[in-house]
Amino acid sequence: MTAPLVKPKKKNPVERTRLSTRPPVPRSRSAQGLTRAAAEGSFELQVCAECSTVQYPPREVCGNCLSAHLQWKPVDNRGQLIATTTLRHSNDLYFRERLPWRVGTVKMAAGPVVVAHVHEDCVADGPVRLTLKLDRSGQAVLHALPEKDTPNMSDAAQLRESTCDPKFRRVLVTDGKSAMGLAVAKAMLDAGANAVFLGDPTSWKANAAFDRLATDPRVQVVELDVTDTDSVDRLAASIGGKVEILVNTASYLRDGGILGRKDVILARDAMEVNVLGLMRLAQAFGPGMCFRAADGSNNAVAWVNILSIHAFAALPARGAWSASMAAALSAAQTLRAELSGAGVRVLNVFPGPIDEEWEQLTPPPKLAPAAIAKAIVKGLQDGIEDAYVGDIAEEIRERLRENHKAVERELGQ
Amino acid sequence: MSNPILAQFMNELLSGRLKLVDLTQTLAPEFPTIVLPPEFGQAWPFRIEEISHYDERGPAWYWNNFSMSEHTGTHFDAPAHWVSGKDQPDNTVDSIPAENFIATACVIDVSAESAENPDFLLTIDYVKAWEEKHGRIPERAWVLLRTDWSKRTTPKEYLNMAEDGAHSPGPDAEVVPWLIRERNVHGFGTESVGTDAGQAHHLNPPYPCHYYMHGNNRYGLQCLTNLDQLPPQGTLIFAAPLKIRKGSGSPLRVLALAPSA
Amino acid sequence: MSALSRTRLGYDGVVAVMPTTIPYVRYSTHSAHWWLGRALGELIRGAGIAKADVDGVCVSSFTLGPDTAVGLMQHLGMSPRWLDHIPMGGASGVVALRRAARAVQAGDAEVIACIAGDTNQVDSFRNTVSQFSRFAQDAVYPYGAGGPNASFALLTDYYMKHYGATREDFGKLCVAQRDNALKNPHALMKKPLTLAQYIDARPITDPIHLFDCVMPCAGAEGYLVMTEDRAKALKLPFVRIRSTIERHNAFPEDPIQFRGGWAMDKDALYEHAGAAPEDIDFLETYDDYPVINMMQFEDLGFCVKGEAATFVREHSFTIDGDFPFNTSGGQLSVGQAGAAGGYLGFVQALRQLTGSAGKTQVEDAKLGLVSGFGMINYDRGLCSGAALLERGTAA
Repeated sequence: MTAPLVKPKKKNPVERTRLSTRPPVPRSRSAQGLTRAAAEGSFELQVCAECSTVQYPPREVCGNCLSAHLQWKPVDNRGQLIATTTLRHSNDLYFRERLPWRVGTVKMAAGPVVVAHVHEDCVADGPVRLTLKLDRSGQAVLHALPEKDTPNMSDAAQLRESTCDPKFRRVLVTDGKSAMGLAVAKAMLDAGANAVFLGDPTSWKANAAFDRLATDPRVQVVELDVTDTDSVDRLAASIGGKVEILVNTASYLRDGGILGRKDVILARDAMEVNVLGLMRLAQAFGPGMCFRAADGSNNAVAWVNILSIHAFAALPARGAWSASMAAALSAAQTLRAELSGAGVRVLNVFPGPIDEEWEQLTPPPKLAPAAIAKAIVKGLQDGIEDAYVGDIAEEIRERLRENHKAVERELGQ
Repeated sequence: MSNPILAQFMNELLSGRLKLVDLTQTLAPEFPTIVLPPEFGQAWPFRIEEISHYDERGPAWYWNNFSMSEHTGTHFDAPAHWVSGKDQPDNTVDSIPAENFIATACVIDVSAESAENPDFLLTIDYVKAWEEKHGRIPERAWVLLRTDWSKRTTPKEYLNMAEDGAHSPGPDAEVVPWLIRERNVHGFGTESVGTDAGQAHHLNPPYPCHYYMHGNNRYGLQCLTNLDQLPPQGTLIFAAPLKIRKGSGSPLRVLALAPSA
Repeated sequence: MSALSRTRLGYDGVVAVMPTTIPYVRYSTHSAHWWLGRALGELIRGAGIAKADVDGVCVSSFTLGPDTAVGLMQHLGMSPRWLDHIPMGGASGVVALRRAARAVQAGDAEVIACIAGDTNQVDSFRNTVSQFSRFAQDAVYPYGAGGPNASFALLTDYYMKHYGATREDFGKLCVAQRDNALKNPHALMKKPLTLAQYIDARPITDPIHLFDCVMPCAGAEGYLVMTEDRAKALKLPFVRIRSTIERHNAFPEDPIQFRGGWAMDKDALYEHAGAAPEDIDFLETYDDYPVINMMQFEDLGFCVKGEAATFVREHSFTIDGDFPFNTSGGQLSVGQAGAAGGYLGFVQALRQLTGSAGKTQVEDAKLGLVSGFGMINYDRGLCSGAALLERGTAA
């Protein structure tokens, strides 16, 4: 059984920090189908539309009937471990530093035989569940997990390489004064975070819930205004080396389209917070997180952006804000590419309407900030990189796949 | 120097018999800006980004971009800032006659009252009492309200926000028209974030200092500092806003000349 | 199957000659072109023919890139009328023979040089494995081994569990091969190996330990294929081809590799040759890991499936043993010079059957079996082949 993770000791300041390395990155374009599934936390393989043969490794044409109609579909993830080995040597820099490493051959109930990372609690020749997860290179890999959950299984070192569990990590919540920020901070503490740095962009403004949370000894209030480069830089200089998960809760949402106003002041404010704020944080905190991306069991692992499903489809009633969400998504994608070199994951969260003050006029269903915070924690624990939260987000996403023009017309009505 | 007055002036200054006092707050991102209800567009606070700093962005030079609203930091309010002043002649910073940028000033010290009561309002009676002690306010003089508010260094203390809004001293609704009518003042200046009191939206009319001063083509100065270094009477103020086309106000450097104590 | 109802042609009148090895080194600063060029030069000089007499070339190499056999021809100043490039790794030696023999038999070429060689620069092994195949890139390499060790560890694990083979059984083969290698001047391993040393070696990838792994190195191997008449005219000792087989991606339904393509084709091999496993004087297998030797004993008919361990316990595998096996020392003790590893057993068989095997000579060897195995594309080796070879007797 997996030994529970122990709280990491304080870092020895004169010991060399292990630099980050990545497991092998190259994949065929077909194999990126696995990446897409892993990024969203689903388990999908190619299935032949004609003969239903499940394919692995990913192919261009069916290995059975040569049909070119291969579709990515959820498949039965159960299988039997038929061979295992423990690597005690590797030519790969990433694995060399993480030996021993257990891998195995799994005969899937769905048909294919796969090579997978094997969880330490899997019994040789026993039944396993396969999951697709992103490794530190951001590419999909298969993990074989015990058939049923085992105590502390998420603490296993191999699995933790694919996840971003807040347990024993230190989290910066950039705006701790919003309902979302408070919810995220609480959820992180509940998930076992060692510390939460709670950003305060408006120290002049009293907030009882914030003040209550600040009394928790694990919480450290920090002044942070993402529109102020100087403020961001000062904070990074102070705690940048301690941030292992950054959740950007700074957000600016105002109603209004584009023609309805005579100025771009609200739009600019939205861009200042939602887009340029993200960039300022990235420039200030990104390098430090990259440096610590392989630093022990509480290495820097994840960057979370709370965006909106409207990053993909503008809500004209909130046109300027929608534009800022789209821009933020684009910036987040660049950030993902830039952080991937060190193996720091970018988790983008796409909620639907949120039950908070700026969405007063949005009809239900609306997501409680606590529900989004929970989804963030789960996303980090599962190691995904895109989380669509709530029925409305799921529905818009599905409808965008079906007919994005219909979504465009309907959201504009 | 051929002009004896200017020569004497420089002499006084160099000898230290006249002192120059800088009434300006340093522009910094964390310096508070007036806060409106959040659904409104907000006055931009001061923001600064380095363009280069003798580095790969510019090896031999250092410079910054900055942005802010017309009403950020120590700033000047032109009559056009308020609806009551919208039809006044020469009511924007670019059209105000330059000679109006130099004026004498009276400093009314209400710091003790303000310390006691952050909602302290200046009244006609208070001014009259002050005049009895320090002499009549001269024509076309700035009236500067010393509250020591500039000594509140954190945004929290400075804005002094409560659930019912900001709490800071200012003039009441009667003293402002009285100062204009009876003393023909040049304008009104404060140490706090506005020329009106923090709770001035509850006065009648709301924001009376803005309403009357600008409605009578007078000016405002706010976020001043170092008023404690000025005598009650006899100060000369240089307050020249940036020449912004149709500008409603402008950050500026406010300099005071006063006899050394 | 109608294809099998047709009679396969024999290889009458076609022979293999001139077993040639360019001695291996652990690391080389040369490129693959250097190794292949030297092999071709040795073949031409040794056969006493002119360069232009070689009108066919068959090439195998992993490190020749970006060139293929085509670019190599210009590099070597060759103008062959027949050219092949065989990317089949450990099956290359046998497959090259199959291709070349038919070409000579049909008159498409007169003298074909079959050459295989690779360099081994300090980082070339890692580069080769990382770009080995699409399936390896997508589904194996990300799992950590950075080479075939893990793939063989998995199928060794399975084989040991299912068939009861032990590390001692593998060790017996490795120790015998080392004994053989000590008689081979080309072998890179020069020190004796004891079973205790084998057992106590450091683990690499359970259950694979150090002496289960081949050592990558640089080197080249080659031979010539020509008509028997020409071989006689050149006074070259020659080897006749009794039968050959090859198979690719055999038994795709097996969940893990416990047998190779030989099991599909061994009956055809022996039937075509009119021979049986008992007739064979020595066996040269592809031996990048000892478990593959076990499978070849079974799949080539020396024992039934699953009984190779018993077979190992009952025989001795040294040159002078009752089952002479991998008489050069095999890749495990000579070194694995990339694609030349797929020629090693074949070239050694030619030596045995032309009486040029020196201290490794098996007394009175007349009939030998060579098998090849190559290309762990994903989870298993895909290519298999075998050739039954016979000592040529000058008429």
